[in-house]
Amino acid sequence: MLLLTCPYCGVSAEETEFHGGGEAHLKRHADGSSDDAFTAYLFERKNPKGIVFERWRHVYGCGKWFHAARCAVTLEVFGTYSAQTLKPPKSIITSIKAKRPDWEEIS
Amino acid sequence: MRKYSAFAIAREAFRHHSGWQRAWRSPEPKKSYQVVIVGAGGHGLATAYYLAKNHGIRDIAVIEKGWLGGGNTGRNTTIIRSNYLQDESAAIYEKARGLYEGLSAELNYNIMFSPRGVMMLAQTEHELRGYHRINQANAIQGVATEMLTPEQVKSKVPIMEINGPRYPVLGALWQARGGTARHDAVAWGYARAASDLGVDIIQQTEVTGITQSGGQVTGVQTTRGDISCKKLGIVVAGHSGVLAEMAGFRLPIESVSLQALVSEPIKPCIDVVVMANTVHGYLSQSDKGELVIGGGADGYNNYTQRGSFHHVEETVRALIETFPIISRLKQLRQWGGIVDMTGDRSPIIGKTPLGGCFINCGWGTGGFKSIPGSGWALAATMASGEPDELAAPFGLERFAEGRFIDESVAAGVAH
Repeated sequence: MLLLTCPYCGVSAEETEFHGGGEAHLKRHADGSSDDAFTAYLFERKNPKGIVFERWRHVYGCGKWFHAARCAVTLEVFGTYSAQTLKPPKSIITSIKAKRPDWEEIS
Repeated sequence: MRKYSAFAIAREAFRHHSGWQRAWRSPEPKKSYQVVIVGAGGHGLATAYYLAKNHGIRDIAVIEKGWLGGGNTGRNTTIIRSNYLQDESAAIYEKARGLYEGLSAELNYNIMFSPRGVMMLAQTEHELRGYHRINQANAIQGVATEMLTPEQVKSKVPIMEINGPRYPVLGALWQARGGTARHDAVAWGYARAASDLGVDIIQQTEVTGITQSGGQVTGVQTTRGDISCKKLGIVVAGHSGVLAEMAGFRLPIESVSLQALVSEPIKPCIDVVVMANTVHGYLSQSDKGELVIGGGADGYNNYTQRGSFHHVEETVRALIETFPIISRLKQLRQWGGIVDMTGDRSPIIGKTPLGGCFINCGWGTGGFKSIPGSGWALAATMASGEPDELAAPFGLERFAEGRFIDESVAAGVAH
């Protein structure tokens, strides 16, 4: 059972109060992009066996979308942060590196 | 390989069972093979078996990081059916179901195929209409299915409460020739038959890298040294994304945990497989008497082989209303398997961006039933280098082309 804290309303709750929205920080490709880039944006996912950055929605609370950093193997949550960002904030990266010194972000 | 038979049992009974052989060899890996298959689950072993048997390629290694059949092949609810909506799906699942019928004799290994009938309950009006549609599609595809009335459902499964109120049974889609098989035996039977044909099954050996040269695969790096190969097959279900990353491409796949559980054993009370897709629960009774119950998939990516508590609670809560008799049963075991989900809930079989590297993945929640057909199709594809008739619609390129094989509406959860 995941425990997540919504960064908007500050409520900590079990995963049943939230809804997962898949990989975060996807770069949107649309008009004018190549077919390969558009396909990758639509379908291809990193799906790592390790740290994931993903979107969540606080459906049974404030209703807002936010981001979370989590380990897909141990389910350890390294923190949640605003969805209004293109990449994970430094504080999140620091807290991951503190526990997983060898971890490198997949580009 | 000494054949298993009634005579062999009698012979061994007279000499203290001293003459049984090991079911498969455990060879040291060679430096080089014509074909390397990563993953000794049902799909990987079936691929190796059909490559050796149908296509005469016997210089094969199947590399497994754990023990063979220890992943999803040993973790599913053993249901076999082929009543899918789309023609491409019906073709490969029906091929698999047909092969299952003769598999015990072919492999000389009792896989305990039990065509006891699969009943898919319609518990909402939408579901009832959906199953009528599948029933019509199946008639055109040559897959024998029929619709049952609630009364017919009750007569086949007397322990079922069909009046609801929350989940009334409005009808069911019935495939009489579907059923179950002993999941471990499928892996063991393929392993034994493949090993007999000369396939090296190398367990406890993890692939840590994939080597390539000029866009062509040249081999794999493993925890027991490098192994070169001309052709590589990646058949690793939930870990497909990890292997694809090593090979340098990405897949339209997300890995999640799907869970199942069994109850304590009780006397025989249900002799068909019941799938209740509205409530994400399926139920059958094993030969030992345990009720085998399949639950829902987690709502987020993970590799835990465990599953969320609330999903098992939802499954059991709903099944208890449909089968009140099970409410006092104790749960014996619960576990999860990592399933590889594609957007259209159909598998990916065929070539990859890396030359000589083939993939078979994306079976998601429905891999066990397809093992013989999947192995058959990938073996044909790897032998010729081009997708065979069964595999061709399931190529990786279908996503870019928008040519989905959409089974998510028909059977989004329960496969």
